[in-house]
Amino acid sequence: MTLETGTRVTGGIGQRALRPDGISKVRGEFAFAGDLWAEGMLWGQALRSPHAAARVRAVDIAPALAITGVHAVLTADDVFVNRYGLEHRDQPVLAYDEVRYAGEPVAVVAADHPETARRACAAIAVDYELTDPLVDPEAAIGAAPIHPDGNVFRDLVIRRGDVDARGPVVVEGTYEIGMQDQAFMGPEAGLAVPAGDGGVDLIVSTQWLHNDRDQVAECLGLAPELVRLSLGGVGGAFGAREDVSLHIHACLLAVRTGRPVKIVYSRGESFLGHVHRHPARIWMRHSATPRGDLVSFEARIVLDGGAYRSSSYHVAANAACFAAGPYRVPNAYVRAIAVRTNNPPCGAMRGFGVVQACFAHEAQMDRLADACGVDRVELRLRNALGPGDELLTGQRIEGALPVADVIRACAAMPLPEAAPDDMLARPGGAGRTAEPADVRRGTGFAVGFKNLMYAEGYMDGSVAHCRIDNGVVTVSCAAAEVGQGFVTLVQQIARTILEVDDVIVAPPDTSIGSAGSTSASRQTMMSGGAVEKACRAARAELEARAGGDRLDVTMLTATEPVDVTVQYDHRLTHPLDADGQGDAHVSFACAAHRAVVDVDPELGLVRVVHLATAQDVGRVLNPLQVTGQIEGGIAQGVGLAVMEELIVEDGRVRNASFTDYLIPTALDAPTVDAVLIEEPEPGAPFGAKGVGEPPTISSTPAVVAAIRAATGAPCTRVPVRPRDLVT
Amino acid sequence: MTEMYVLRVNGEDRAVADAWLGESLLYVLRERLGLPGAKAGCEQGECGSCSVLLDGALVCACLVLAAAAVGCNVTTVEGLQPAERGAASAVQRAFVETGAVQCGFCTPGLVMAVEALLDRDPEPSDLAVREAISGNLCRCTGYGRILEAVVVAARTRGTVTT
Repeated sequence: MTLETGTRVTGGIGQRALRPDGISKVRGEFAFAGDLWAEGMLWGQALRSPHAAARVRAVDIAPALAITGVHAVLTADDVFVNRYGLEHRDQPVLAYDEVRYAGEPVAVVAADHPETARRACAAIAVDYELTDPLVDPEAAIGAAPIHPDGNVFRDLVIRRGDVDARGPVVVEGTYEIGMQDQAFMGPEAGLAVPAGDGGVDLIVSTQWLHNDRDQVAECLGLAPELVRLSLGGVGGAFGAREDVSLHIHACLLAVRTGRPVKIVYSRGESFLGHVHRHPARIWMRHSATPRGDLVSFEARIVLDGGAYRSSSYHVAANAACFAAGPYRVPNAYVRAIAVRTNNPPCGAMRGFGVVQACFAHEAQMDRLADACGVDRVELRLRNALGPGDELLTGQRIEGALPVADVIRACAAMPLPEAAPDDMLARPGGAGRTAEPADVRRGTGFAVGFKNLMYAEGYMDGSVAHCRIDNGVVTVSCAAAEVGQGFVTLVQQIARTILEVDDVIVAPPDTSIGSAGSTSASRQTMMSGGAVEKACRAARAELEARAGGDRLDVTMLTATEPVDVTVQYDHRLTHPLDADGQGDAHVSFACAAHRAVVDVDPELGLVRVVHLATAQDVGRVLNPLQVTGQIEGGIAQGVGLAVMEELIVEDGRVRNASFTDYLIPTALDAPTVDAVLIEEPEPGAPFGAKGVGEPPTISSTPAVVAAIRAATGAPCTRVPVRPRDLVT
Repeated sequence: MTEMYVLRVNGEDRAVADAWLGESLLYVLRERLGLPGAKAGCEQGECGSCSVLLDGALVCACLVLAAAAVGCNVTTVEGLQPAERGAASAVQRAFVETGAVQCGFCTPGLVMAVEALLDRDPEPSDLAVREAISGNLCRCTGYGRILEAVVVAARTRGTVTT
């Protein structure tokens, strides 16, 4: 490979580069974690508590051990350190003394066949003494603690300006958000292989290899270097793979049996085995001048974190910091409380606390516009936040944040053309009975914004390694590819900087430094930034070796490879103070959505017809992938608006299957038209912003606003149910 | 409980020995025959990730007992294209080129569903495509690029691709 400086590469930054794993995925050859196999492999299976709250008096594993083909049955007694957690170690690996949610693992089994493992779990006798589950988050605040660490994960107050100030126009409301599930398609899976050095190798589907590695090592009592994690193919994530699921169980079983152990969750177990989006109850009161300029904002947000903390602490911060939406608010009082209950644990999901807040603040902005007699889009424009303005936390926006631009661009998009009537296109589809004469159309508009990267002083740097050996470029980074296309981006960056066509993306593992989590819309900037920095350093080395001559990459690396490892960090952020003030966030992205829905109010049926969106993307690095993120994120927002909710009754999930937990099919998903607003983010690699979360944030309130417009129903709760529409 | 039976998969006879007869076709394909292309997304016929063709009919392999598929022709995603590295059918290629693949877990099942659709309806309308793939859940894409892939595949299908 001989390439000169200035050679135009194909598949560089800004182009429609194709995924390097695309062909293997369409051929069915791509190895997802659940596809792995090893000689002598056993199957692991967890026994989970059917009760939301109980004391565990005894666990009798003898009947399970007596089953032919069962190799190990482990309980709390077999765990070296029986405590783990994403940010705070408050969750037992296997329950001891008590269980705090329905689905909590009590024992794990390794057997020679998955059916044997399931039968063994069924044979374990657990003596539970039932207690009353604490399932009301409001009551949990003052109730007797159900965990030594207490019931309140965080109680955050933000005070800004004069908290007693009021404008003459006042609107208030209370809103509820149901428990949404990430519902990625590839259930949790991993293969743990015991190693000759006393350690263990784990190939697993995850969002953050290094954080998992540390938790596994702690719980097994092993040095971190004896626990090596590699990324197994990940079938989607959306936040649900930030927390450890089967990792520690699989490693414990592998070490105990001395054999490889594979665990693959069923769909039912997946619904119990990962965190969900926090259900929330939100009260808000806005006041404004008669012309609609915001004067004050008050909010009280209660988030049900379920039995263990996971990321509740930071979900609460996001719900509070962005509670008012992308609007200028001079005076505010916000309180966000995340609590522990005996409900299923909740944590990260795409949008991370802001989805809940946005549903409430956008309903309020519509009410405020109507109360002021101002057009709803105009009201949002009047108050639109921009660079130089301050957040509720007093932080001044320094990067790009084109809120007014996304509002104008989205509002200006053409409405969908009338389609010929077809049963399949009516609310409810062909299987229902909506008559065209009964169908009403509505249009709704919403705007949202969110922080990118981790916050409140947490430094989530990313490490990348670039090696050029005999002209072959290999880039390594531990960033988890979960479907979003980071692997494509790595190639695009390396091609652009090094001016080569072929770039090998090494499989992510813990042999190099952490890349941080694939979450918070951060990998494009953080790990993209690390890859860019590594490639630039490699290029500088090549140029030094060339000494002003032509950059012949093969020749320059024929005898001695170029080998550089770098770390990329974002700027320092700071904790929030006692008044919730501080420069806690790195940067921000916004989007606007306009939804068109058809509703049959008598039957309570909704069809989401069209979503128009304008999104702040910084700079488009790959139009194909940006479009994919926007369309996919909107589908999840639509799902929350009209169909997705885990139904929890007395702490027990009642619909842990795709038969009863519905996600949008191709017939439910709207047509999406998107305008990409490119205003480069200063300091970000190529000016790009993460694009994954904004589509999921304001799409939900836009759909619900459209349903309100079609029906006149208040719809203060998502998902909107048929009974919310029947008037 | 165990005996030997033979499945005809992608044109080859494959013996299944010492297997529990309660195993699904999906389990046998994935765990006994080394064909993991069909995915286990829900194991109750809701997600379509395990779609295969049974005598040409699109089925969820998780809902078919393997032993009941004796005497049928089973086609999996691995049997769609020539074996050589990188080869792809028109549908597969269209999925890659339109951005219809993200995490890719639903992809083999969707590819099977789209092949089956275009076999019976070479120029389907948008709603016909949506209906035909509505048994295949995708959580990443929102289906926009997949619908685009079907349009492209309908146009290019029949053209020899490698």
